[in-house]
Amino acid sequence: MQYKSQAVATPYFIAAIGLFAGQILFGIVLGLQYVLGDFLFPAIPFNIARMVHTNLLIVWLLFGFMGAAYYMIPEESETELFSPKLAIALFWIFLVAGALTIVGYLAVPYATLAQLTGNDLLATMGREFLEQPLPTKLGIVVVALAFLFNITMTVLKGRKTSISIVMLLGLWGLAVFFLFSFYNPANIVLDKFFWWWVVHLWVEGVWELILGAMLSFVLIKVTGVDREVIEKWLYVIVTMTLISGIIGTGHHFYWIGAPEYWQWWGSIFSALEPIPFFALTVFAFNMVNRRRREHPNKAAVLWALGTGVMSFLGAGVWGFLHTLAPVNYYTHGTQITAAHGHMAFYGAYVMVVLTMISYAMPILRGRAANSNKAQVLEMWSFWLMTVAMVFITLFLTAAGILQVWLQRVSESPLPFMVAQDQISLFYWLREGSGVVFLIGLLCYIASFFVRGEEKTA
Amino acid sequence: MSTASPASPASGPVNAPQPAFPTEDSGASRRRLPGDLAVWFFILAELLAFAVFFLSYAFARARDVALFNASQLTLDLNAGAINTLLLVTSSWFVVRAIQAVKRDDKAGGVRWLAAAMLGGFGFLVVKVFEYAAKFDAGITLSTNTFYMFYISLTFFHFMHVILGLVILGVLLANTWRGAYGRDAYHVLESGGAYWHMVDLLWIILFPLVYVMR
Repeated sequence: MQYKSQAVATPYFIAAIGLFAGQILFGIVLGLQYVLGDFLFPAIPFNIARMVHTNLLIVWLLFGFMGAAYYMIPEESETELFSPKLAIALFWIFLVAGALTIVGYLAVPYATLAQLTGNDLLATMGREFLEQPLPTKLGIVVVALAFLFNITMTVLKGRKTSISIVMLLGLWGLAVFFLFSFYNPANIVLDKFFWWWVVHLWVEGVWELILGAMLSFVLIKVTGVDREVIEKWLYVIVTMTLISGIIGTGHHFYWIGAPEYWQWWGSIFSALEPIPFFALTVFAFNMVNRRRREHPNKAAVLWALGTGVMSFLGAGVWGFLHTLAPVNYYTHGTQITAAHGHMAFYGAYVMVVLTMISYAMPILRGRAANSNKAQVLEMWSFWLMTVAMVFITLFLTAAGILQVWLQRVSESPLPFMVAQDQISLFYWLREGSGVVFLIGLLCYIASFFVRGEEKTA
Repeated sequence: MSTASPASPASGPVNAPQPAFPTEDSGASRRRLPGDLAVWFFILAELLAFAVFFLSYAFARARDVALFNASQLTLDLNAGAINTLLLVTSSWFVVRAIQAVKRDDKAGGVRWLAAAMLGGFGFLVVKVFEYAAKFDAGITLSTNTFYMFYISLTFFHFMHVILGLVILGVLLANTWRGAYGRDAYHVLESGGAYWHMVDLLWIILFPLVYVMR
């Protein structure tokens, strides 16, 4: 590690992996509840399990992004972090707040939690993915601002690279758009608009900038390709992301009571959203093919290539599948959406964080790369998780197509729950793939404890 | 545009045995991409977005030709024609500006750029009058599919003209400061390429939306 203060990334990465494991356990529970409706009821009802599953995902990715920033920014800026102490303090605040929130979800009914945490003062709860109680939301803002202060000051006092500027742009955008979660208009159409301005502008906007910056950083390190070349690609990806993604928000406005022209605007611009992801794939492979060095960390290179491919498939292809208004008219809110959500989050954001962890953790632990044995196990975990996710996506897509047919297209449409019964086979298959994913994750965690001859820095 | 492959950003100027384009720097026997490759990526991305829009227009029109033809008759052809003239002329002014700067003729560069900007502003003024007439008539994005496309396409293009003018403004200020010259016109060419794109888009948009029946 080039700068001592990069070490603050370590606890962030460890927490991220821990919460990731929690997310997957709840995913397994949820998958089972799809077919055995009263599994663990009333201790953990479906809606709570779902909320924990999605909230843990967001929180652990945020831990991953922050850890990545703390690792990347000093190296990019060629200077120590502005305040390592602040970074550690923020880590504990965020972890405790996150843990308390999850405990709150599980311990008391959601309505009671709302009452206890002052939701009557400023109503912010109840929106999907943004269910956090008011104190947690405020905590997120405070942590985000202090984090951004720390990172921005570091960039300001050191070298300014395209990668750190794109990363900062992404992180600032993340914080700014989160502010929309505090505004909860009574008009449900307006409410949906503001909700999407957080959710969409995160995952199809600023998070993509973070993704691009993180991947570029790792690719420079593991391939030794010239920074100028990598930066050109980063520009292309950022440009296409913003051109397609901002007005692409319109693909969420089709059926919420917004004017009809959104069906055109949303379809046209979001149809372009696969392009930045395609560029990302070409970018990753192109850089690795033109590598000027053989980095000993093969696992990190594999994760980087995997991010390129899986983000294009999950976010690009599976997103395009149901983004055009005439298609979405039938598929809206079905398992097709779930299929897309799973592979997109895994392929884009889970994998890029694991890429960064895979690259940085050995260095943070004092070696250029892990032992061959550890890397082999890590690569097994890569394939287990990735293939399992491909199957989860395929089974959900099959379930979704059937659901659309049975419930919405056929001559005699079935009621929702009856249609659900008809597709339960696919839910069982999905649950099986989920278990394989968990095994992959356990291998991944185990790979951190495998010894063997390490490669020195 | 030259044939330098946009697929490999690292590739520098592409060597080509045939004689170069007859430009001022044709002393060198290699064809080069005028302006920065990153700008060309941006331009291609923009063209792609508009291309998808134009295609959507074609499909929507095919589904209801009568409505499109009827609504099209209400558009102001004269305003569109004047604007075409303004943008094409303005693009030519930018070419003259770059030629002047390549001769180290700073004053000429400033003059031609100012003229180009005047053309752009003229376009905006004409367009604002056109919009005002339409909005006064109570036409909105929701009136019908034709007007949805008419307003969307022209408005997105309008925003590009504004961005183009901002870029020309920066180029003008830099030329004024003497930042460009015989050996430094890379940025100028990049901005010029963008302005030509704005022009090109209009040359497709105008016949497509205003004229073709």
